[in-house]
Amino acid sequence: MYVAVKGGEKAIENAHAWLAEERRGATDIAELSIAQIREQLSLAVNRVMAEGSLYDPDLAALAIKQARGDLIEAVFLIRAYRTTLPRFGYSNPIATGEMACDRRISATFKDAPGGQVLGPTFDCTHRLLDFKLAAEGEVLAAPTAHPRTGATPHITEFLKGEDIIQDEPASDATPGDLTREPMEFPSTRPLRLQSLTRGDEGFVLGMAYSTQRGYARNHAFVGELRIGKVVVEMDIPELGFAIDIGEIEVTECETVNQFKGSKTEPPQFTRGYGLVFGQSERKSIAMALVDRALRWEELGEDNLGAPAQDEEFVLSHADNVQATGFLEHIKLPHYVDFQSELELVRKLRREAEERNASQEAEPSERGPL
Amino acid sequence: MTEQPQYSGGFQNAPIQAARAFRAAMTVMARPGEIRELNGSRPPDPLSIAAGTLLLTLCDPETKVHLAGAVNTDAAREWLTFHTGAPLAQAADADFAVGRWAELGSLGTYRIGTAEYPDRSATLIVECDELQQAGAELSGPGIKGTAQLFLPDVPALQANAALYPLGCDFFFTSGDRVAALPRSTRISMET
Amino acid sequence: MNEYNFAYLDEQTKRMIRRAILKGLAVPGYQVPFASREMPMPYGWGTGGVQVSAATLTPKDTLKVIDQGADDTTNAVSIRKFFENTAGVETTEETEKATVIQTRHRIPEAKLREDQIIVYQVPIPEPLRFLEPRETETRKMHSLEEYGLMHVKLYEDISQHGAISTAYAYPVYVSDRYVMDPSPIPKFDNPKLEMDAIQLFGAGREQRIYAIPPHTKVVSLDFEDYPFEATKAEHCCDLCGAEDSYLDEVIMDDAGNRMFVCSDTDYCRSRREAGHMGRLAGENAA
Repeated sequence: MYVAVKGGEKAIENAHAWLAEERRGATDIAELSIAQIREQLSLAVNRVMAEGSLYDPDLAALAIKQARGDLIEAVFLIRAYRTTLPRFGYSNPIATGEMACDRRISATFKDAPGGQVLGPTFDCTHRLLDFKLAAEGEVLAAPTAHPRTGATPHITEFLKGEDIIQDEPASDATPGDLTREPMEFPSTRPLRLQSLTRGDEGFVLGMAYSTQRGYARNHAFVGELRIGKVVVEMDIPELGFAIDIGEIEVTECETVNQFKGSKTEPPQFTRGYGLVFGQSERKSIAMALVDRALRWEELGEDNLGAPAQDEEFVLSHADNVQATGFLEHIKLPHYVDFQSELELVRKLRREAEERNASQEAEPSERGPL
Repeated sequence: MTEQPQYSGGFQNAPIQAARAFRAAMTVMARPGEIRELNGSRPPDPLSIAAGTLLLTLCDPETKVHLAGAVNTDAAREWLTFHTGAPLAQAADADFAVGRWAELGSLGTYRIGTAEYPDRSATLIVECDELQQAGAELSGPGIKGTAQLFLPDVPALQANAALYPLGCDFFFTSGDRVAALPRSTRISMET
Repeated sequence: MNEYNFAYLDEQTKRMIRRAILKGLAVPGYQVPFASREMPMPYGWGTGGVQVSAATLTPKDTLKVIDQGADDTTNAVSIRKFFENTAGVETTEETEKATVIQTRHRIPEAKLREDQIIVYQVPIPEPLRFLEPRETETRKMHSLEEYGLMHVKLYEDISQHGAISTAYAYPVYVSDRYVMDPSPIPKFDNPKLEMDAIQLFGAGREQRIYAIPPHTKVVSLDFEDYPFEATKAEHCCDLCGAEDSYLDEVIMDDAGNRMFVCSDTDYCRSRREAGHMGRLAGENAA
């Protein structure tokens, strides 16, 4: 006997209840606090802030907790929350030259004003599981020194003096915003950068890696990578001047790329740019490589048909919230469409069989096969 | 504090009133020749209630508005700016234009969209003395058979329809009533 | 959810969507770009339809939400709940009583009326997308009304299979100008696209809105010698006996026995209430 499936609402409620239970895990284990996630899983928090396009470590930590550690799900929670926030105004561009650097390295010069500052990096750690952490060992305080005073100049500024690196003219033009206007191709560099900085880290990494392996190779050196806090300022029309509204941590990467020159440009170094919320080193380097690859047209280079040069391809597929939604939607019921295909395939088979049968019925000179 | 005219006459309950107003606007745009009530705002004279309500429903800082002729008063400009934040513009740049037919000027001035983006065209809100379901004969999308609507200038509107899929779209307003004429409508003079 | 605005979206977002809907109605079948917002439900699950519905609903509306023709599929339940919570509108499962119907993959069997609006959830709004993946190219094709590629594809189907092998999301030609994707409805539903109600289409992830006003000419693409055919399973509904409705095929037991039932659950229910009975109606009495 057939009984139509009913009670969808109850099933959904029950699924949500079970999900909440699974999220909590065994109740004899202490529950994670938002502060613990924020402080101890800070790179996850940074990634969620970057791809969620919202700088709020506590909310990102909450999203990670709610999402059971699924970072794309956490990014989605942050994005959905972000869209409901009213916009009071727009900040001034941050001045990364004024950054208080926790880390600052250059691969192009052995030393430069401001020095090479390793900072808190995994770079030279040996990737050996530290079983002391499993035993909740206490961490010894790291040695400290007096911080440098004064600004740390950008490495590319030194090349500019020699006129040997492509100039990036300053502009006061208002950049577009892909969260407020529909994407249109060809796009603009500000929109490309916005798309990349909130793009999926894995996707941007893969695209960047493909350029290194020869798909539109652009010979990148990390001119500079810096991580630290910058002040955010906003103009208040009623006051007539800008005030500090807070401080954010960002990672900035500028690549210096070999360039032979083109029909329109003299031989000189060119640049790729990456800027990402939080300590997000891998993402910002990858972003700079992909940014540089996407600039082929502006620099008069050849389109080699490489995926990373294809703006429409890169920008249309970089967003993991879009991608995951569409990917996962195929688990929704599609039985109406499937039914129509089923009928079609049955019909085509029936017709093919009929054709074969009528051919077999005809006398054949060749005899049976 | 005494009530200043530019601060009054907006929606009392924007989400609800705008929703109702949009449904009227959508219905007439989907059914050329139909006339609907459209109210909720009290704009300064000489803007009609219907035209004012359309402006509050559809305009904001993202849309450029052209006030043509008699409706281009200090009071109307201040009212529009206060309630919508819409920047004022010349006819050639406008997303929306409001005024009487004669004052809106040549249709050739307005944006008609591009072949790739025909949606990037102006919507004209034409203030009329009255709306009548008589006069020109309309046919095309949204119309079962034919419909009748009095139009201010049949040849000009026929020329606009001939640009299809480019062209301007029109609302006709009078008091608290509204009708519409999208570019997709074919127009002939009733015999 | 009381802290959210009526129908969830903020007013500026609704205005932006409303402007796109009006332009969509003025150019039937043309896909209007709009700045789709990130909704609290995943892309691909109806975010476009939800945004269009949110911009269209008034408190007086009665909303019906269906997925695969059914009111009780989980996604339909979830979207209906969303609008009950955020817009406080009445909801119904009866097509007759609804003023706004949001749908995924079906058009109800009952003829829709002048005073109704149907909102389709659209995954890929571009009918040419599977022939040409680039937006820059397909936009050009629409602007030039250059649809040769689509005809070539359909013709290749015929030469290869003896029939057009598109069974759902079957492309249509709207008002003699734009080729349009009617969303993944089965081609059985295509003839209903010429209707009395207003039809709105929302694609959230792809940021497109389009529309068909009432009584608009909508033609399913075909060839003179291979005319369009609206097909369905060659059965009657086993519950209500309907011969004219689109059917779901249900596997009933381990032996693979099948039954066929109306995909439009409200249509089936109303027929059964009116006393119509199908082959297995008695068995379903429990």
